[in-house]
Amino acid sequence: MSEVITPSRTRRWRGGLTASASQLGVLAACVLLWQLATVGVQSPFFPTPVRIITEMWQLWFSGGLGTLFLTEAAFEDVLPSVGRLLLGWLLAALVGIVLGMLLGRSGNALAYVGPLLSFARSIPPPALLPVFMVLFSIGFTLQLVTITFGCLWPVLLNSADGARSVDPVKAETARAFGISRAHWFVSVVLPAALPKIFAGLRISLSLALIMMVISELVGASNGLGHAMMLARDQFDYERLWAGIVLLGILGYLLNTALSAVERGVLRAVPR
Amino acid sequence: MPSMLEVSELTHTYPGQQAHTAIGGVSFEVTAGQLTCIVGPSGCGKSTLLRCIASLVTPTAGQVRLRGQPVRGVPEDLAVVFQDYGRSLFPWMSVRGNVEFPLRSRSVPRARRRELALSTLERVGLSGAEDKYPWQLSGGMQQRVAIARALACEPALLLMDEPFASVDAQTRFELEDLLLRVRAEQDTTILLVTHDIDESVYLGDRVLVLSKSPATVLADVAVELGQQRDQISTRESELFVRLRGEIARTLRNAPQNRGEGDHDEAGEDEEPGEVDSSGEDRADEPALAGSDSTGSERGSTE
Repeated sequence: MSEVITPSRTRRWRGGLTASASQLGVLAACVLLWQLATVGVQSPFFPTPVRIITEMWQLWFSGGLGTLFLTEAAFEDVLPSVGRLLLGWLLAALVGIVLGMLLGRSGNALAYVGPLLSFARSIPPPALLPVFMVLFSIGFTLQLVTITFGCLWPVLLNSADGARSVDPVKAETARAFGISRAHWFVSVVLPAALPKIFAGLRISLSLALIMMVISELVGASNGLGHAMMLARDQFDYERLWAGIVLLGILGYLLNTALSAVERGVLRAVPR
Repeated sequence: MPSMLEVSELTHTYPGQQAHTAIGGVSFEVTAGQLTCIVGPSGCGKSTLLRCIASLVTPTAGQVRLRGQPVRGVPEDLAVVFQDYGRSLFPWMSVRGNVEFPLRSRSVPRARRRELALSTLERVGLSGAEDKYPWQLSGGMQQRVAIARALACEPALLLMDEPFASVDAQTRFELEDLLLRVRAEQDTTILLVTHDIDESVYLGDRVLVLSKSPATVLADVAVELGQQRDQISTRESELFVRLRGEIARTLRNAPQNRGEGDHDEAGEDEEPGEVDSSGEDRADEPALAGSDSTGSERGSTE
């Protein structure tokens, strides 16, 4: 009695497999080139990828089973960073989505604060770090504020944009049926805005990583950024590179996780 | 019969550089239980009239009374079926979710909501489809969901804006008969806007004929075809043929209120999918992403 359109699962799955196989091939080739180049150059500033990975392993992931292979240094360097990053990002997500949706549906309000938002968004957050250092004592609050401030704007602006794009017929339907304000926002505006909200969340997640490192370069006694500063001061370039590679991996994993969440949510909330 | 709806001297002018008067003083009364069809040429302001009655648009002048009470704000015991089912249903809610949605805001308890939704869906012939999503259904079935959603609210007044204009002829007949059947069961007062003269005569107890914009009531035709109607024999009957001829002549011989240019002004005409967006867009969307998305959705109206 109805046609359900679902693209063939198996085909998509197989496509995913071949794609990831060739992706791995490209990655392996690049790492191999990198290895050859660094072996050839023999510079203390450019250790080989094999040495970097060995360093990462020894430094952070050679712990016992009890700590899931994490070393003490991992608890000192990696976990606090990831914690701050996620907390700051989630805070920005919460504030950005709620405020953005309200602004997006408020008609004139967005027009009034639009230039202000563009201004705030245009300031590179690292430039505000000295100001934040005056406002908040160096430490956890400073890091959190820096990350949240950096992450807020993409989420807020995208949420506002998404909320604005609710189909006028749906808006009229909701009005005609006397849908309450709470239901309107949760069951109509939010689902309609979800794709844009996720676009904003993705941008801000990569910003969160950047802001995390920057905030730790100046105001932290632990964390990856702090560890990398120390490594630089001690001319320990293997450790510095280990940090760089770990940041890359971290960013990749976070983005993959968010994409998976996005796919799940958008499938559960069709449009 | 008590009066359900009273519209007196309703006038609406869309503001703007080329201010466009869509309705020019319309008065009529609808008694409880009556199915009134409003028929008029494209662009005459029928939809605007319906939106004024539903308080979706605030009329420039005139008054709307529901059960004797002046209407301020969208009345609670009112339900609307829009032409564009594809855009009026919520794709992220199941069929049952769509039907239950207005009831949630009316604080109907969960168990009662479920019961109401399932029984209403059964009445519109959609038993078994409650867990599907609207986009998994055909156009006709989607409009049945929209009708079920309106009926589940047990409205005192049901407004329908060209409800069958976007489905094929066969489905249209089915939906017309469905409407007559549920109406007989539930005894709802219905105001239905259409541009189709045959449909207005087939469905209505009475047909209000509107002029070109600014709309005025040209004629108020009683349709005494009885409660039992049949798509074939009713349409063949002498009375049906006479009434549709009468209405068509009224429309053709109507004095021209304005020039031909009416259509273009302010864009507030009745063409499918255009009515709603233009008003809303101008009201609160300064146009950025909004214009983009409405544009693409407008294309998928059929």
